[in-house]
Amino acid sequence: MSQWIEIVALENIPVLGSRVVSVDSGTDIALFRSTDDAVFAIRDACPHKQGPLSQGIMHGTSVTCPLHNWKIDLASGSAFAPDEGCTNVFPVKVEQGKVLLQLEPATEKVA
Amino acid sequence: MLKQNLVLIGNGMAGVRTLEELLKLDSDLYNITVFGEEPYGNYNRIMLSPVLASEKTIDEIMLNDEQWYIDNNITLHKGKKVTEIQRGRQQVVTDDGITVPYDRLIIATGSTPFMLPLPGADKEGVIGFRDIKDVNTMMSATENYKKAVVIGGGLLGLEAANGLMKQGMDVTVVHLGGSLMDRQLDEPASEMLRQSLEERGMKFLMKHSSSEVLGDERVTGLRFNDGTEVEADLLVMAVGIKPNFALAKSAGLYCERGIVVNDTMQSYDPKIYAVGECVQHRGIAYGLVAPLWDQAKVCANHLANFGIARYEGTVTSTKLKVTGIELFSAGDFIGNENTEEIVFKDAATGTYKKIVLEDDKIKGAVMYGDTVDGSWYFQMMKDGTDVSAFRDTLLFGQAHLGDSGHNPETRVAGLPDDAEICGCNGVCKGDIVNAINEHKIFTLDEVRAHTKASASCGSCTGLVESLLSHTVGGDYSATPSTKPVCGCTDATHDEVREGIINMQLTTMKAVREEFQWRNADGCASCRPALNYYLLCAFPETYVDDPQSRFINERAHGNIQKDGTYSVVPRMFGGLCTAQQLRDIADIADKYKVPEMKVTGGQRIDMFGIKKEDLPPMWNDLSNAGFVSGHAYAKGLRTVKTCVGEKWCRFGTQNSTGLGVKLEELTWGSWMPHKFKIAVSGCPRNCAEATIKDFGVVCVDSGYELHVAGNGGIKVRVTDLLCKVQTEEDVLEYCAAFTQFYREDAHYLERTAPWIERVGLAKVQKALEEPEQRKALAERFAISQKKAQIDPWKERAQGTEALEFAPIKVSALGELV
Repeated sequence: MSQWIEIVALENIPVLGSRVVSVDSGTDIALFRSTDDAVFAIRDACPHKQGPLSQGIMHGTSVTCPLHNWKIDLASGSAFAPDEGCTNVFPVKVEQGKVLLQLEPATEKVA
Repeated sequence: MLKQNLVLIGNGMAGVRTLEELLKLDSDLYNITVFGEEPYGNYNRIMLSPVLASEKTIDEIMLNDEQWYIDNNITLHKGKKVTEIQRGRQQVVTDDGITVPYDRLIIATGSTPFMLPLPGADKEGVIGFRDIKDVNTMMSATENYKKAVVIGGGLLGLEAANGLMKQGMDVTVVHLGGSLMDRQLDEPASEMLRQSLEERGMKFLMKHSSSEVLGDERVTGLRFNDGTEVEADLLVMAVGIKPNFALAKSAGLYCERGIVVNDTMQSYDPKIYAVGECVQHRGIAYGLVAPLWDQAKVCANHLANFGIARYEGTVTSTKLKVTGIELFSAGDFIGNENTEEIVFKDAATGTYKKIVLEDDKIKGAVMYGDTVDGSWYFQMMKDGTDVSAFRDTLLFGQAHLGDSGHNPETRVAGLPDDAEICGCNGVCKGDIVNAINEHKIFTLDEVRAHTKASASCGSCTGLVESLLSHTVGGDYSATPSTKPVCGCTDATHDEVREGIINMQLTTMKAVREEFQWRNADGCASCRPALNYYLLCAFPETYVDDPQSRFINERAHGNIQKDGTYSVVPRMFGGLCTAQQLRDIADIADKYKVPEMKVTGGQRIDMFGIKKEDLPPMWNDLSNAGFVSGHAYAKGLRTVKTCVGEKWCRFGTQNSTGLGVKLEELTWGSWMPHKFKIAVSGCPRNCAEATIKDFGVVCVDSGYELHVAGNGGIKVRVTDLLCKVQTEEDVLEYCAAFTQFYREDAHYLERTAPWIERVGLAKVQKALEEPEQRKALAERFAISQKKAQIDPWKERAQGTEALEFAPIKVSALGELV
């Protein structure tokens, strides 16, 4: 059973921006904050060529990868058509201004 | 809220395209009902000719099968004829008594072939060429009969004749005039067309006027006014189409040669829209597909309650869909006393090209044999591009425009399937053709979405467009000359830029609201553009939005494929000292830089830097006296210089010194795209100034100023702007030119395509007037005040620290 980790204050994620959570076991996780303060957590690797999604431009609830412009839905981790692919998303929630995260993915990556 | 009812009469290309455009904008606004007289889904009528020629099957030309209607909750009544529109009750009635109410109605009843009112024209075997039924009639006729006569030597007639000939029939084309396709071709092209069709076995009776269809039950022949006759077992009339507006007229809607509509595609009853071939707009009834795409877009925009689009007519071009015959025409290809012609004719190879020019702009073109550049001419015609600069090579096509990086073989039709079209994304011809066929693609944007071809650098756009028109047939939806900023809006770059200034829209939010953006946050394409436009318009007050910057500009380094960054310190004019090199070396050691390289712009590049190491590294560089080299920016990159008169025995001026001054003037400036400057000390041009955005070539008597070159994907040599006498002049012209580019170009448009779009003359005119030039230079100076604050130093001191600081967590979930 994964535990919730208090990871960062909401205010320390820029609106329409991201923070990288670097997990020492390897996988980086990207946190995103939308204009209405929803937070998303997604594996920081584009399904296309593992580009760092955290470095992309966020709009609505999706992000455009900085390497080759794939557009990824932050809630599901899926690429928008006509591209195909999916990256992991992680359980994340905001309580009292704090962002809480689990390190076990909520979804299996679908190739 | 209760959904409104939308009814579409006519299940053809125009009507269904309107629905597709509408569903893209708002899929839930209406309950949609469609009536179609034909017992099929929606198919691509312009591809009937290839079906007749057995090059395609009916299945291959279906655009929307019945599942599409189900998937989109659209009620389809196929094989039903609407016989009455009751405007008072707002409902339509069919011949078998179905009644459907509407809040809004679209009439897209298309057109019917014009049948000559000849005696005997009602005999069996006399048909038009319009729908699948006609094609089936012709196909079955080929099994039992031998002789076909086609009346009409226009586009449709020749396609029908070609198809019948392919089916093994003996075909004669009867034409009233003296030359074929006289509305689309001039005489020489028409003559070449007739010869090559004759070589294939088609027969022609030119200047023949039909008087009577012969036969009992079935047609046996055709008699002419001069008393002569020709045998025929099948008679196809392809003399033209007439808009089908009887239904609209009977409902009391105002019609002339078609249903009269305004620029929002509304008929005289504002609840009733009309699109396609049944329509008359500004006096014109169109019979080609491109206008119908434009109309569908506008109509959908209003149905979705956006209310900002206007249809202002379409410039059309023509191609003939007869395999093996390449033919293209557009605009006014005949000309008048004010026009000039450029003509190329080679009867032996069957090539003919004619371009009609007026005031150095293309008015029309007709091409036979080699039509690869048709879409290029057509685009320039629609854009009103000034062609004076390359007029002497215009006829030889786009491939001859300083195109050294490319294979001159641009005949896409002849390329093998594995020929690479898009070098950036590795897309071959076969991939594109398959995607076009499989996904029923009509537009460049769709090709980009499905294949990525032409989606990166765009240098293959012309090739992809040629492929598209070759695969889809002539009338694909050519790229509109006024492209919207992105998919979020219908507004163009120019409209947005003007709006920002005229309406004083000072935030991105205000711009998006004013121009009715469909996405509240915009997207990855429009956000950087809007951020730049606002920064350029309000340099002193606009607050830059880092989240609307591409990562390179947000992190002030170039992102590499492994997610690390590169660091390039600025070295003004390419000059450096031993101490500076020693400092760079020490810093490289300290941060364990895995690789270093001297760039093409005479700077030192350090690769493989972790993002979190950037601020401390910048701090060290800053302490050693360096500022950011902006090697990542849509802005001034470097000023490249040669050694000049100080050391070089040929040097005429102090090119390094001038280069340093130019770089001090321009560094830090944000621009629509990257911008490179060079200064060469003599015409030997060691600094390669003539392929830069702004290049200075020193000569004994002063300085030549060159603009709009680049050495990128497509090498373009600069245009000579002017010659000046002093260094002060050079600096003022440089500032003024840069500012004019900053204020006028579209975001992500380099100086080369910008100047090709607006014309060198416009730029020269803006700069030649001293007052205007000074005003531009002054505005540049104002914008530079805030731009010339070193971003590296700021970040080393803590600005946007969060951007560079990862949150570290152990596998056990503890923050470390």
